[in-house]
Amino acid sequence: MDFALNEEQRRAQEMVRDFASKEIAPTIAEWDRRQEMNPAILPRMAELGILGINIPVRYGGQGFDYLTLALVCEELERVDTTLRVIISVHMGLNSMGVFQWGTEEQKQMFLVPQARGERYAAFCLTEPGAGSDVAAMTSTARRDGNDYILNGEKMWISLATKAHHFLVFAKTDPQATPAHAGITAFMVTNEMPGVTTRDLHGKLGVRAGSTGWVKLDDVRVPASHRIGEEDEGFKIAMSCIDNGRYTVAAGAVGLIRACLEESVKYAHERSTFGVEIGKHQLIQQKIAYMQQWYESARLLVMKAGWLKNVGQRNTRETSLAKWYATDCSVKAALEAVQLYGAYGFSDEYPVERYLRNAKGGVIYEGTSEIHQLIQADYALGYREDKPLRCELPAYNEDAWLEEADLVPA
Amino acid sequence: MHVVVITKATPDDNATVRVDPQGVVTWGDKLVLNPWDEYAVTEAVLLQERYGARTTVLTLGNEAHDEALKKSLAIGIQQAARIWDPALEKHDSLQHSQAMAAAIRKLGDVDLVLFGKEFTDTANDQHIYMLGRQLGWNVVGSMLKLLQVDPTAGTLRLERMLEQGIQTVSTRLPAVVSLFDDINEPRYPSFVNIRKASRAAISIWDAAELDLALEPPAVEVLEYLNLPERVGNVEMIEGDTPSAKAQALVQKLMEAKLL
Amino acid sequence: MSTVWVWLEHSDGKLVQSAREALAAAQALGSQVVGIIAAGTPELVEALAVRAGQFGAQAIIATADPTLESYRFEPHVALLRALVDAEQPAALLAGHTLRGREVLSGLAGSLGVGALTDCLSLEWSEERLVAVRPAYDGKVLCRAVLRRGTVQLATLRESAFTAQPVPDAPSPPLQWAEAALAEDAIATKVEAFAASSAEVDLTSARVIVAGGRGVGGPEGFGPLEELASVLGGAVGASRAAVDAGWIPYAHQIGQTGKDVSPELYFAVGISGAIQHVSGMRSARTIVAINKDPNAPIFEMASYGLQGDLHELIPAITQALRAQLADR
Ligand SMILES: Cc1cc2nc3c(=O)[nH]c(=O)nc-3n(C[C@H](O)[C@H](O)[C@H](O)COP(=O)(O)OP(=O)(O)OC[C@H]3O[C@@H](n4cnc5c(N)ncnc54)[C@H](O)[C@@H]3O)c2cc1C
Repeated sequence: MDFALNEEQRRAQEMVRDFASKEIAPTIAEWDRRQEMNPAILPRMAELGILGINIPVRYGGQGFDYLTLALVCEELERVDTTLRVIISVHMGLNSMGVFQWGTEEQKQMFLVPQARGERYAAFCLTEPGAGSDVAAMTSTARRDGNDYILNGEKMWISLATKAHHFLVFAKTDPQATPAHAGITAFMVTNEMPGVTTRDLHGKLGVRAGSTGWVKLDDVRVPASHRIGEEDEGFKIAMSCIDNGRYTVAAGAVGLIRACLEESVKYAHERSTFGVEIGKHQLIQQKIAYMQQWYESARLLVMKAGWLKNVGQRNTRETSLAKWYATDCSVKAALEAVQLYGAYGFSDEYPVERYLRNAKGGVIYEGTSEIHQLIQADYALGYREDKPLRCELPAYNEDAWLEEADLVPA
Repeated sequence: MHVVVITKATPDDNATVRVDPQGVVTWGDKLVLNPWDEYAVTEAVLLQERYGARTTVLTLGNEAHDEALKKSLAIGIQQAARIWDPALEKHDSLQHSQAMAAAIRKLGDVDLVLFGKEFTDTANDQHIYMLGRQLGWNVVGSMLKLLQVDPTAGTLRLERMLEQGIQTVSTRLPAVVSLFDDINEPRYPSFVNIRKASRAAISIWDAAELDLALEPPAVEVLEYLNLPERVGNVEMIEGDTPSAKAQALVQKLMEAKLL
Repeated sequence: MSTVWVWLEHSDGKLVQSAREALAAAQALGSQVVGIIAAGTPELVEALAVRAGQFGAQAIIATADPTLESYRFEPHVALLRALVDAEQPAALLAGHTLRGREVLSGLAGSLGVGALTDCLSLEWSEERLVAVRPAYDGKVLCRAVLRRGTVQLATLRESAFTAQPVPDAPSPPLQWAEAALAEDAIATKVEAFAASSAEVDLTSARVIVAGGRGVGGPEGFGPLEELASVLGGAVGASRAAVDAGWIPYAHQIGQTGKDVSPELYFAVGISGAIQHVSGMRSARTIVAINKDPNAPIFEMASYGLQGDLHELIPAITQALRAQLADR
């Protein structure tokens, strides 16, 4: 067993850390207050290659492994959750879905521009009346010659107003039993007539990010944009979520680290009763827990990443990591606010933002309740993974670096 | 055109540096590319992109200093070499400038040597100007903006900083130039260059390889000292209103003849 | 006993402050203090020589030549090399300014000797110069000795030494020397010089009013500028404020900015992170203004005001104006 990061992983991590702390951190509180996304972020992440970090070079990506993806998410969410949300939807939920399920032609058409950061990608599963209960969705896709006609409304969609490509799930067979058996996945683009998007405001957290709705009115989508087979959408959605959850879990580790680092700093700065508060045992307990949560959550994420790297199914491990890491991030943020006292209650310090942002993590990509059901079902033997028609490719350095120009000048 | 950046790995910016009771300087283990040199490396990479310059990064020190080379390669420099000889271990500026000069001569076709403002560990920039004289090249310090490079004519035009203002100067290559951090936005490593850096072979040159006869250090550090503590004697200015506090402060400053 | 030379940097017809400080340091070290003046015209040399005398120069060696009119590295280093070779002084000092450090380091490289730069103090020990100077980015200090060379070279941290006017000093005798390089032997040409208009000259400012994250935004620096202007000082900033884009980088003090040692330093809304402190801890008197009574900056301040800086700064400016009007 080897817990060490290799030089390339370490340097990639450091690069993303530098980017987030130099370019995002100084003004993030201001964007959060304005409830707007800093318009420089997406183009900059594209330019730096972060939007294609773990996609093979021949598909426009950087060819790093799935562990590096987790490191990137940790560093991004160390600064702000909204940065990691970008990776979750653009990479985890959409690009990795195309990489896993798309035809070669679709990879060229969608994955390449996404990995290069020329196109931003989002994921549209949730509807006003269907969140945890995916199968309750009412969006429909009706076949019409070589096209499908999509209708419906998707809600709580991250990057709703920023993305060019939406991976949309709709029912091709609304009468199917079980209900989830009639769902199909489509890549809808923002240029298609009938697509309208809008951002939501007044959110508790991820205020510096875009979350909105996507409305589809008789949107004509060519059959070449159908990802996977007809009625295969539920499986596709669930495997996308295996990847999205992984990024959420890794990000939550970064959020715990943010709580820990800011708390340690403040525990040294602030004194009460003649000593710095770090000397009070009850404060030490908070720090100790944060350390425990950070390390344990990180190990679960790394384990899931390793399974992805070697090409083993990891739905169970990823769900556990996501549940545990996000739950811990809420606890860590609560403790951080407490440790800061009244200053933690004010937006002058970042910890109240951590708390507001952490709360989203236990809701999206499977609420904590849903993950408990999943874990119990696995343990009780009620649930078992069946092989998929298309599995997420294992990491293969040589293949992923094919076409990369690595010759030193 | 061949551009060389000479750098070093120095303690991390955020490190707390202390002198322990045995007189040993401690900063934790982490060494990073000397922060001022991120600008020099970036400038060299810009020259590579704009003028097709060849770029080399050099450092002096033991293998811990490979970090500075690897980081420079990851930002986009093409090749790296490290000068190391146990005789250089005191990090003496004069010795270093002699070793740098020998390495530049060994490379043979160097046109421009770039430096960041200073090495933070020795808190020194004298090696830059020493090197200029060792090589007998033109020297311009504190460059703020590179206005023009003409590799064929072998000329440079640039703006340099002085305390009183900005000088526009031209000079002839080969030259040694130090630069200020206003000059550019330092680049991050790119993912593809990170790959190249981890695969790169680094040449190591010792004194014999450089045909260098080293004299003992010219400056000897006798001891390191912690900064004088300024603790415990703050006088808090009290007052019921901001203006009462302000007046009390002004009074104190008057008494201390600080105004 | 020993002859100590001072490279007399000048600008705009006047000796720079650090040159006057170096003359004071030289007086403490040598029995004979000789000022070296390199300028474009004899008239300028003579005017500078008189001033140098008033700050302790007992003799002047001077070169007036058009090649020396605007600053360039090569002719200055070559001239000093020729003078040192001819006269063999015991030591040569200069201010640790951009030019001072270039010229003395260049001379050291040319002679193959060492130099002590950015010295906070300087003394003789067994006929060698020993300095206390920064190390590790100023986070610690070191005591270092020059081991090699007959002439010993040192540059002095600005404001670390105090200039000492010598009342009724006679005008020092002038000895003229030739320039060492002819114009056609100098490849570097100065095309233009743009004097910085009220540019933030933090390093030589006597008073600095510096703002940090607590200032809250670009508008927050307005009141700081007002206070600085009443005090005839400059405005500085911590990296946090510069990173946030509230104030240009030229104002940054600390590890990745400038090192300053003013007589009076206002740290306004600055918590006192080590990166900032390393750039300003040699300030003589520090006034810390912060809302957080536990901010580390208070630990190093002489005076502390706890409260809202947005109220306190205008109040201080007002109190100062009233005070200065009384005088
Ligand atoms: C910031 C943000 C970004 C989002 N981004 C996206 C996106 O990009 N794309 C997308 O498709 N969706 C997105 N979502 C939607 C998110 O995935 C859903 O909100 C989530 O799946 C929960 O669905 P719901 O809100 O409808 O809650 P519901 O499903 O209505 O759940 C309500 C409550 O009931 C509990 N519950 C539900 N079923 C059970 C059960 N069987 N047993 C016990 N408890 C149960 C839940 O845990 C929860 O506490 C986002 C949400 C947020 C907040």
